[in-house]
Amino acid sequence: MRSRALVAGCVLLGGVVAIALVSALWTPYDPGDTSGGRLEPPGPEHWLGTDRLGRDLLTQLMIGARVALSIGAGAVALGGALGLLAGLAAGFAVRWLDDVMAVALDVLIAFPTLLLAMLVIAARRGSLLSAVTAIGLAMTAVVARPARQQVKRVLAQDYVTAARTSGTSWPGIVAGHVLPNIWPALAVNLALQLGRAVLAEAGLSYLGLGPPPPNASWGHMLREAQTTVLVAPGDVVAPGLLLVLLVIGANLVADGVREVADPLLRGRW
Amino acid sequence: MRLLEAENLTVRTADGRELLQDVSFRLARGDRLGLIGESGAGKSLTVLAVVGLLPAGMAASGRVLLDGEPILGAPERVLNTVRGRGIAVVFQDPLAALDPLMRVGAQVAEPLRRHRGLRGAAARRAVLEALAEVRLSDPDRIARSYPHEISGGQRQRVAMAMALACEPAFLIADEPTAALDGTVQAEMLALLDRLVTARGMGLLFVGHDLAVVARISHRILVLEGGRAVEEGEVGDVLRAPSHPHTRDLVSAARRLHGALERMLP
Amino acid sequence: MAAYLVRRALLLALSLAVSSVALFVLLRVLPGDPANALLDVGATARQAAAARHELGTDLPLSQQFGGWLRDLARLDLGRSLVSSLPVTSEIAGRLGVTVPLTVLAFLLAALIAVPTGFLIALRRGTWYGTLLAGVSQLGLAVPVFWVGMLLVTVFALRLRWLPAGGFPAEDWAAPAAALTSLLLPVVTIALVMAASLTRYVHSAALDVLDSDYLRTARALGAPLRAALWRHGLRGVAAPVVPILAIELASTFLGAVVVENVFALPGLGSMLVRAFAQHDYPVIQGVLTLSTATVLTIGFVADTAQRLIDPRLRRTAAGTSA
Ligand SMILES: Nc1ncnc2c1ncn2[C@@H]1O[C@H](COP(=O)(O)OP(=O)(O)OP(=O)(O)O)[C@@H](O)[C@H]1O
Ligand SMILES: [Mg+2]
Repeated sequence: MRSRALVAGCVLLGGVVAIALVSALWTPYDPGDTSGGRLEPPGPEHWLGTDRLGRDLLTQLMIGARVALSIGAGAVALGGALGLLAGLAAGFAVRWLDDVMAVALDVLIAFPTLLLAMLVIAARRGSLLSAVTAIGLAMTAVVARPARQQVKRVLAQDYVTAARTSGTSWPGIVAGHVLPNIWPALAVNLALQLGRAVLAEAGLSYLGLGPPPPNASWGHMLREAQTTVLVAPGDVVAPGLLLVLLVIGANLVADGVREVADPLLRGRW
Repeated sequence: MRLLEAENLTVRTADGRELLQDVSFRLARGDRLGLIGESGAGKSLTVLAVVGLLPAGMAASGRVLLDGEPILGAPERVLNTVRGRGIAVVFQDPLAALDPLMRVGAQVAEPLRRHRGLRGAAARRAVLEALAEVRLSDPDRIARSYPHEISGGQRQRVAMAMALACEPAFLIADEPTAALDGTVQAEMLALLDRLVTARGMGLLFVGHDLAVVARISHRILVLEGGRAVEEGEVGDVLRAPSHPHTRDLVSAARRLHGALERMLP
Repeated sequence: MAAYLVRRALLLALSLAVSSVALFVLLRVLPGDPANALLDVGATARQAAAARHELGTDLPLSQQFGGWLRDLARLDLGRSLVSSLPVTSEIAGRLGVTVPLTVLAFLLAALIAVPTGFLIALRRGTWYGTLLAGVSQLGLAVPVFWVGMLLVTVFALRLRWLPAGGFPAEDWAAPAAALTSLLLPVVTIALVMAASLTRYVHSAALDVLDSDYLRTARALGAPLRAALWRHGLRGVAAPVVPILAIELASTFLGAVVVENVFALPGLGSMLVRAFAQHDYPVIQGVLTLSTATVLTIGFVADTAQRLIDPRLRRTAAGTSA
């Protein structure tokens, strides 16, 4: 049952979660505090230096962790719930309805996540909630498509068919057969989607479509730091690194869950 | 190439488990050795170790010699000349053994080109001959088919045709008949018998059914849990099995096929 | 195959229709009034109504859609609310950046990913197989724009080997300059794309390497390299080709973001500007085009997969499954 990937992934994810939790209680400075000198290098006052408006970099990084995680988790919760529901519905639906949903899912998948998110945000203005909605909605199809296939595979099993014909209600089938069989694949997918959601949010913020300060995310910090990269390279490196660690953490958790669920896949991604 | 020998062949997994322990045998050209044992006894591993194609992570030790030349642990360059021409293998699972994305004819042509230098029309003719030789009716159609379009017995024959196309000195057949039903199985055995005799090949025949193995082999080697527990002439082993495991195999075969009695001289 | 092509083409047409309707409706029902783009701050209600009339957004949705379809048939995507130029010509002017960027990045990514994926599979358990696998894991986790920023910092700002951004005003009339300015963006996207493509190639290559048919070929004397050329590429292509369509869509997406890092005048920067300015005809035009392209490539990829894998097509009897 042991999986090194799972342990490593949990450590990385746990680290970022810890930072985010701490930031809710304490940050070295107030996020709006511009009292520091501009673009100061790391020192005793500002451990990681300041940005070009004189704000403390460490403070911003900590808040960025909170933003990234809340958007990521919120989007996964929304997209996962909707996607699972859609997958179940299509799996149980009559033939023609299932076909229609299959086509719809194909179309939605062909439609890049980020563009869909941009559409929602363009209409609603950047905010935490619209970022969650946008990314979560865009994720729905990506969750629903494999879920539909897995639901159908479970329903095609002889013992499930037997249970259905013997009159077990569909909620009973879902709880008794479908969910227990599809949860590993679903969990793997959702962990991967957490990483994707965080990356998508960073992309949106980098393009200026993310939530505005004080909920500024790492993507937003990178956007701001781009012009001053030669003077303050740390402002570009630090948020990017944290982002990468968080996403690697999510991907490793996905790998770990897959390994634990299916030892044959060990060593594959 | 006259002689294939294995001495103290041992196979270990990456974590050190010994799947095969000190297996030795000698097989001369024109001779036939049956390798028998229950499922999981290590028969297929023996075959893979001899041709140097163990799955990743497994390592073989001991010696395998072809005409006195060591081939176990020999460089790939050497093994590439041994495999096919020296020793050809027909593997256990006939569907998986053929490339699902390639027409049968093209797959049979591959060893013909490699070992006999046949190209173009000559290769095409040789493919049809090779398919006809293993008694496939309508070789033309078979050659144009993809593996999923022909039956299990036909696939087994194609796999056999590919191995024979190399004109090997030694043929190793890993349960070539296990997936087939009774009459087809008997036909395949007769075919194998005829071809091996006609070409004077050495045959290592792997199986788990003593009645089948005994019918085609001169001598047999009994594997149990990765060890060789008994070896001898077919008649001797059947008449007086010395190891308890062999005794079980013999009585199981008796129960299954009353025919075994009739094979005893 | 013919029956399949007809069915798949019908499906493509249906998806194109669904996607264009969906885009149209989405852009209309989402809150936010396109007329605002035409108006100065503090415009009167009368001015707003006039602007809506001019845009046609005061008509019922079905009429708007009918008109839009009619125009689309004539390749008329309307006019930009900001520049007043036809969207079609604005798009056409920018394809010269985005298409080469996407295609070159995609090709480079495939060129990196196929050998790397095979190598990782072949060298599993060795240190550099593990290293390559680790690097490509890393590639899956980096934001493409960050890679762009790092590359710009090193190769443009510090070493000054390449331009930090922009595109020659002469466009492709100055091919050397155009290629030079695309070099860093192409590498940026390709590196990130290669990571995810490597993953698919690696997984497919493992299946081939562990396959009985590869073992059969080798047992009959084919050297590993020859057997891989003959059986491996095909075996990997069958599962990977349909994924390429989705990967190409992500490459385009990478282009959208990366154009903004490098200030390239392509569809991506146009799209981001249009979002910021609520320039709906431009948004709709670009999204319609990109979705249609992705769906069409999906069609091509599915067909290619059937050509590679005979098990997917039924012969003779014509039962197309
Ligand atoms: N890839 C592998 N990894 C680990 N163990 C393996 C592997 N392949 C085979 N084994 C083990 O090696 C032992 C011998 O396997 P082998 O395939 O040689 O059996 P066999 O005698 O050919 O059986 P069968 O009649 O079923 O084909 C078995 O116990 C099996 O569990
Ligand atoms: Mg076996």
